[in-house]
Amino acid sequence: MTGTPHLPPFFDTILSHLAFIIEGLPVTLSLTVYGMSLGFLLGLPMAILRVYGGANGRLFVVSYERVMRSVPPLVLIFVFYFGIHTSVFDVPGFLAVALALGLCSSGYQSQIFRGALESIGSGQMDAARSLGMGRLQAIRFIVAPQALRFALPSWANELATMIKDTSLAFVVGVAELMRRTDYVRAATYDPLIPFLLVAGIYFAIVFPITRIAGTWGREKKRLVVGG
Amino acid sequence: MGTREETTGGGRLTKVVSVRDVWKFYGKVEVVKGVSFDVDEGTTTVIFGPSGAGKSTLLRCINMLHIPDRGTVFLRDIDLMKAGHKLNYYRSKFGMVFQHFNLFNHMTVLENVMIGPKVVKRISSDEARLTATKALREVRMEDWSKHYPSQLSGGQKQRVGIARALAMDPEVLLFDEPTSALDPELIGEVLQTMLDLAKEKKTMICVTHEMGFAKAVSSEMIFMDEGVIVETGSPEHFFTNPTNERTKRFLGRLTELYGRHENKNEAVAGKK
Repeated sequence: MTGTPHLPPFFDTILSHLAFIIEGLPVTLSLTVYGMSLGFLLGLPMAILRVYGGANGRLFVVSYERVMRSVPPLVLIFVFYFGIHTSVFDVPGFLAVALALGLCSSGYQSQIFRGALESIGSGQMDAARSLGMGRLQAIRFIVAPQALRFALPSWANELATMIKDTSLAFVVGVAELMRRTDYVRAATYDPLIPFLLVAGIYFAIVFPITRIAGTWGREKKRLVVGG
Repeated sequence: MGTREETTGGGRLTKVVSVRDVWKFYGKVEVVKGVSFDVDEGTTTVIFGPSGAGKSTLLRCINMLHIPDRGTVFLRDIDLMKAGHKLNYYRSKFGMVFQHFNLFNHMTVLENVMIGPKVVKRISSDEARLTATKALREVRMEDWSKHYPSQLSGGQKQRVGIARALAMDPEVLLFDEPTSALDPELIGEVLQTMLDLAKEKKTMICVTHEMGFAKAVSSEMIFMDEGVIVETGSPEHFFTNPTNERTKRFLGRLTELYGRHENKNEAVAGKK
């Protein structure tokens, strides 16, 4: 590229590509927020049920996790978008993707929170119960707040995965980053530059998150020391 | 059944806790095998014995943190095995102090002591703060209110642990080897706090090997081994003429250790 007379128009093109693609960012981010939230709202109770729910609770949650973690998110997206769409009611692409990614994520988030809950020593529960707290009170005020801190690094990694997975929404026509990039490709017949651009955008979002997660992970021990 | 039916001098003392034929198994292992004793109001009972004797398990059966497999515990005239859904409430009548402190790591000292009254007694934050501050003053930790457990020494942590138990205004305090995870130079401050409480006529049940403490304040000592009570009696009885061979041998070994105080911290080994 260096020194070619085409430099200014080339940058112009790139900038206009970028401007077009980046308009999908809010969609990508809101898919991420909905997916992560649903995964959290399902995953945390599942983890609590798995750790404190006795043999039946554990069996139920383990089965649930197995299923959610074994099915490709794309299959779930199609189940919601095509399967339920035609037979029962209208499921827009956005909703189908948010549901599918959320369910998938709940299997992983459940695992993350289970590990975190188990890492909080039984002494915390004992102390809470000895004050007269019921089990749920002890989980709510004592165990869960500590477990959530402990889970933060792994949870941030899950967030990074989720951001990347939202690109699957492309297949059902949701105009997020990936879909808009493909529009550019279709319009310009340039198969490379638009995808390199969107790769850069994903990188710019995901890399800081994994970096922060890594730092938190190293500090994890500090979060839970003390007696 | 009840091993001691004799009435206590003048009948002025009322029984706060009655342990009746308590058994606890872990799988096939019998950890506590039919233990019975009473604790009078305002007295200190010391339980001691070799590790694995079932002392901690027994203590946890008293406040039903572990539910006994057989037998029961009375808190005054309440049968705790029949308490049903009120068990959480009755459990709050027992304050418990743990070997490894078990402070809530995500909370400041003040919050650690406030949370019990706030959540269990459902009093307002302002009231809970007053209660907590008072409890912290009793253990001389009020200046550390804003610190987190990880910023405290072991002795300070344990005093906060005691304050947390006191804040619930319990009828009985249960101590589970409160000094055995402490560095030797920190044991004193915790023992002093416990001595103060004993002098205030708090009812206390202490699993401890601190024989100096036992001698100073306990009205009854219980020697346990292999899940049963081997011998009970006053400190004078134990330190002048223990009758049982096992008791003699164990006390002999303890005295040996007491000669060199620094050997006492067997449990310090970097837990938590």
